[in-house]
Amino acid sequence: MTIPSKKNILSRKVQEIPLSGIRKFFDLIAAKDDVISLGVGEPDFVTPWHIREAATYSIERGQTHYTSNFGLLELRREIALHLHNRYGVNYDPENEILVTVGVSEALDLAMRALLNPGDQVIGQEPSYVSYFPNVHLAGGTFVPVPTSMENGFHIDPQAIVERTTDATRALILASPNNPTGSVLPRSDLISIAEIAKDNDLVVISDEIYDRLTYDTEHTCFASLPGMQERTLLMGGFSKSYAMTGWRIGYVAGPAEIIEGMMKIHQYTVMSAPTAGQYAAIEALKNGEPDIIEMHDEYKRRRHLIVDKLKSIGLSCAEPEGAFYAFPSVEQTGLTSIEFAGKLLEEESVAVVPGSAFGESGEGHVRCCYAVSIHEIEEALDRMGRFVKNHSSNGR
Amino acid sequence: MEEKEQIQEILKILEKDPRISPEEIGRLTDLSETEVEKHLSEAEQSGTILGYRTYVDWKNVGREEVHALVEVKITPQRGTGFQTMAERIARFPEVHSLYLISGDYDLSIHLVAANIYDVSSFISEKIAPLEGVQGTSTHFVMRRFKENGVLMIEGEDSPERLPIAP
Repeated sequence: MTIPSKKNILSRKVQEIPLSGIRKFFDLIAAKDDVISLGVGEPDFVTPWHIREAATYSIERGQTHYTSNFGLLELRREIALHLHNRYGVNYDPENEILVTVGVSEALDLAMRALLNPGDQVIGQEPSYVSYFPNVHLAGGTFVPVPTSMENGFHIDPQAIVERTTDATRALILASPNNPTGSVLPRSDLISIAEIAKDNDLVVISDEIYDRLTYDTEHTCFASLPGMQERTLLMGGFSKSYAMTGWRIGYVAGPAEIIEGMMKIHQYTVMSAPTAGQYAAIEALKNGEPDIIEMHDEYKRRRHLIVDKLKSIGLSCAEPEGAFYAFPSVEQTGLTSIEFAGKLLEEESVAVVPGSAFGESGEGHVRCCYAVSIHEIEEALDRMGRFVKNHSSNGR
Repeated sequence: MEEKEQIQEILKILEKDPRISPEEIGRLTDLSETEVEKHLSEAEQSGTILGYRTYVDWKNVGREEVHALVEVKITPQRGTGFQTMAERIARFPEVHSLYLISGDYDLSIHLVAANIYDVSSFISEKIAPLEGVQGTSTHFVMRRFKENGVLMIEGEDSPERLPIAP
């Protein structure tokens, strides 16, 4: 269908944000039938049964209406309790917690609630694909801080200082990180907290992968001294409880900002899905054993994929969290998009080109290990063959 | 990992997939193949690993099976209580599982046989006449939904995921 207008129908802002760099791989994958995909971005586990059952029961009881704009009070209380027990931070469920349609919505709300045109937001890179578009659509400018494999994709606090200007309003942290799997060390976070205080920045801390760290501890940014009052702590159920499709997340922070975000939320989505909120209550009340079981399984697969990546000769920073490995493919002489494209074409393995996560992701590909052990084995064997073929042809 | 954690981790992996090789277990746990093999042979010798079995749905290959749950009331024997009787019954190959239970009956047998006649002759010839058996109550299984932790529900849990997602 063509729109009969001479003017460009789409807003400038929309034109300026790219189509997600991974969209076109959909079609390529659909055209093949023996693809093993390490390009997935969610758990392979189905939501634990007791959680599904609780949601089903809520529907049977007719809990099918809107909830409070903030989300069910019972859920907010459970979230507050969980954050207190786990990280020692205290939030008032009445006005300091907002239940959102995943962390995705929370990010969008935060940018729109905080930014004026021309404001800048500093964020680590490579990072989740939404940060730049969210900032841009809200009228701000995203200022990336590149990280590299050599430093384990840890952010250098000094690099934040160098990028801070009078226009800087906020800082986005994402630890554990998608796509690199890095977990920011506590000592770095303490330095970053100082910078946030000195420059009066709001810290948007995307902690959706908080429960998936391996051999290292997650530090809740809001738990650092003086940080709760300037942190928007974002978390959710998607990754830790295998609940991506339910679309339930939350943001906890100072009442004033939460209220601002709630205003946008009430005019756009009203409230997060009700059945999903009941599912989330059950998850927080009784889901701890599930988290541990899934965590342990990811941990095994992580050992396997790191070992296999090494054995096929791709260098990779030790992934400390989430469920991604982010190896370098530079030795093949291919760009990350070429690598992903040819790998799919020649060996039917899908990975996500690192450039989709920002310029500093170039030269890497993201391999998700939330797939079965058998699939990891087979995919990495194929990748090994591919790397061999493309390293010996003199490029 | 502590020694105890190591063996528990190996057993968890093996419980899900008995066909996995020691080499592969090593990769999943960051242990060497030799370490894994050492733990495995120790676990086999100490009786921690009771056996390796395959769960088969025989009706898929046209072999009929009848399952029955049999409750048995027995008179405990002097000195050994229920033990001797339970061990005697447990050795019959038709007995798939056997438990000593609380309640109205003492033993619960999960029986597997080729057909309904084999079940009844097994009970009337092998179990009922045993000295000390006061009575039996047999329940034929009409349909099995889950056994040994394996769901037997058609079309269960084959969810689709986006092959590429951010």
